[in-house]
Amino acid sequence: MSFLELQDVSVFYGDFQALFTVSLSVEEGQTFAVIGANGAGKSTMLRTIAGLLRPRSGQILFEGEPIDHVSAHKRVGMGISMVPEGRRVFASLTVNENLQVGAYGGRKGDWTIESVYELFPLLKPLAKRQAASLSGGEQQALAIGRALMSNPRLVLLDEVSLGLAPVVIKRIYEVMVELPARGTTILVVEQDVQHVLTVADHVACFLEGRISLQGEPSELKSDEITAAYFGM
Amino acid sequence: MNWVNVAVQGILLGGLYALFAIGLALVFGVMRLVNLAHGDLGILAAFIALGFVRSGVGLPVAALLSILIMVGVGYVLQRGLLNFTLGTDDTRPIVVTFGLAIIIQNALLLKFSADEQGLNAGGLETSSIHVSKQVALGVYPLLVFILAVVLIAGVQLLLNRTKMGRAFRATSDDREAAELMGMNNRHIYALAMALSLGTVAIGGIALAVRTTFDPTAGSFNLIYAFEAVIMGGMGSLWGTLLGGVILGLAQTLGAQAFGSGWGILCGNVVFLIVLAFRPSGFFARTVTA
Amino acid sequence: MSAGGGLTADGGPATRVRGALPAFHVSRATRLHLVVLVVSVLVVVALALVPEFTTVSVTRTMITLFGLVALAQMWNLLGGFAGLISVGQQAYIGIGAYGLWFFGDELHIHPFVSVFLAAGLAALIALPIAPLLFRLRGGYFAIGTWVFAVIIMIIVSNVQTTGGGSGKTVISAALLPINERIFGTYWIGLTVAVGSILLTWALLRSKRGLALTAIRDNTLAAQSSGVNVFTSKLIVYVVAAFGCGAMGAVVAMNLLRIQPAASFSINWTAFAIFIVVIGGFGSIEGPILGAIIYFALQQTLSQYGSTYFLLLGVLAVVMATKVPRGLWGLVTARWDIHLFPVRRGLVLESQPDAPAASEAPVPVEHATP
Repeated sequence: MSFLELQDVSVFYGDFQALFTVSLSVEEGQTFAVIGANGAGKSTMLRTIAGLLRPRSGQILFEGEPIDHVSAHKRVGMGISMVPEGRRVFASLTVNENLQVGAYGGRKGDWTIESVYELFPLLKPLAKRQAASLSGGEQQALAIGRALMSNPRLVLLDEVSLGLAPVVIKRIYEVMVELPARGTTILVVEQDVQHVLTVADHVACFLEGRISLQGEPSELKSDEITAAYFGM
Repeated sequence: MNWVNVAVQGILLGGLYALFAIGLALVFGVMRLVNLAHGDLGILAAFIALGFVRSGVGLPVAALLSILIMVGVGYVLQRGLLNFTLGTDDTRPIVVTFGLAIIIQNALLLKFSADEQGLNAGGLETSSIHVSKQVALGVYPLLVFILAVVLIAGVQLLLNRTKMGRAFRATSDDREAAELMGMNNRHIYALAMALSLGTVAIGGIALAVRTTFDPTAGSFNLIYAFEAVIMGGMGSLWGTLLGGVILGLAQTLGAQAFGSGWGILCGNVVFLIVLAFRPSGFFARTVTA
Repeated sequence: MSAGGGLTADGGPATRVRGALPAFHVSRATRLHLVVLVVSVLVVVALALVPEFTTVSVTRTMITLFGLVALAQMWNLLGGFAGLISVGQQAYIGIGAYGLWFFGDELHIHPFVSVFLAAGLAALIALPIAPLLFRLRGGYFAIGTWVFAVIIMIIVSNVQTTGGGSGKTVISAALLPINERIFGTYWIGLTVAVGSILLTWALLRSKRGLALTAIRDNTLAAQSSGVNVFTSKLIVYVVAAFGCGAMGAVVAMNLLRIQPAASFSINWTAFAIFIVVIGGFGSIEGPILGAIIYFALQQTLSQYGSTYFLLLGVLAVVMATKVPRGLWGLVTARWDIHLFPVRRGLVLESQPDAPAASEAPVPVEHATP
């Protein structure tokens, strides 16, 4: 039984089909990367796993249990947490409050505000600052920390390195290695293909709503990946 | 007639208006809902208290029961009806809450008739304290003002220091991200509406003791609450107190200057002026509505 | 580019295009519309003849129906097409009523002309008020319109010249010979009702109308496409004020009385809301249907007073949540009928190398919400 499994999942936005019978499996403790061009369906898939979208057909199984009818807020309680695209920190709340809100779901575990500050020391001096006044990198760190506060088993990361300074990206990628080391499974959507392949142990490439390529980075050739990415 | 006295009356009246305004501002802040039935729900609370009083219960207990009932009504109303009106369409919440206002007014008319009613607080309503030779503070209006201050402070404290308050603010900032944190927005909105109706119940009962009321009194109180919110600035609860005070002052000073029929008009005109020159109000924290 | 697809600038695959686009022109009418036009003309003519064949009482009741139709169209124009939900149109209805008295009684202009002058007055007053109210959005805009109505009502109630709280009789109308008054009021009422329908229709057919739909659907996008949001909203607001003013004047002429509590009553808004909730809004047909149904309800049930209103309120709430497009919305959803040609259709003209194109226009944009 896979940790997370999508079986023939199709997702629509109104009449527009974004995902076409997508199937994939994620094992516990994996760092699973999802790549693909803009509009290929990567974020849609993540949002569907998080529960913000419902599949029109197909199933999503989390630890063997179907969750497609479980509301998004309940999935947090099950151990699924998402760092959404665009960070989406709570602008009027302070950094501390954002983290407190992250724990709203009430799951027990090792993540506390203190341990998040240990993970992202850059946030500690900003504790009382309003999130709206943070830089992009600081907000991204906050968004990740906030997602961890729910002590998730599975973290969904949607384009977390977009538009950030290299030093912040470096730290985020370090975190992407640390998390699975602690037993947390991560599913990462990324634009920077080269970089994410250095940390991923499995990768799926999306093209126009379908998976065009899957496998382990060590076994895939770079021109295979390019072909799958661009649909050539 | 003593202008200082009139001004003091106006300021204290602002406290009453603020009581009505708190709930309106809260619900708008959390879920961008403008509840056109807000005033009528406050009057409903007054009638519920009246009903208890008529059946022999003392006023304080009747008031408490009424407030608790309205808190429950708020939760059920939001969860059972109003949650379904929220979304991208502006019309539905307006039409539904307007319809609700009509339902409440007519239900009250059927049950209680159009007669003016009053709640008796045993003389409290008419006593006053003489602060100086010329200035007298009505005891009751002063208590209501203090109540408004305490309530605003309380709600503000709840917003700033409690888990529920953080949930309100988070949902207000980004409702989708709030869902991702494990917050059930449907439940949170219902809690906000419950709190809102609890405060407007306090307002309605406070009004009912101060002056006579009838089933149609809700409309004007909605307008006063709305004016207090707009003048005070969206996003600020203390602003609604300031807005209420400005409105109260405009009404009492206007009535004094031009005659009793013109007081309300002055209040409305001052509102239009503030709207014209400071559309986000005096304390606005967010620029867009 | 190869036949199997190539690349476009954003990295996505290219769409296949074979030759140029087929020749087309934009059209609005179909055969159904022609039928509707003929039937409508016949209906209007029949209505115009009604006073000849019925009692005064029936005629006066019909005027109420015309008032409701006009009111509904104006409210719909504001709310259904421009996205401005107003609960304060009674301001202009009252201004229309008092305007009739002013131009008729005070300035001694014939009441039939005064109706339109009163409507003009309402439009004139709407002009400076609109920019003020537009600073508010959504529900707050709605309450703002209500505040304005209350302001006018208070002013009128407190001024002795306008009769204060007890109002006045419209003497200039009362002094007209009864047949002239009844027939005239009826025909003016019919004109206002038909006019409000035609006005709404004309506005929506125009480029301005397309702009309105865009504003209603997505204000920000409309603005960035170059649509002047403010002007469009202003035009709609002023037109609606004119329509409501005319309607208010007609009602006053029918009742011969103006009174603050009645002329500026929030009930007018309630009627409008009931009508569009039942019939549907965002279309021209919906409010007409709603007005007819509401009129029937009113004639039969309003004797029951508060109970009637209470049930209407419940009906409004239920319909707004369960059947948001109203009854006409159900009709369009089921059969896609549009009696009034407002939408623009694409008519494909046949080409030598393509099969004969159909003549029925294919709608290219959504005109209803």
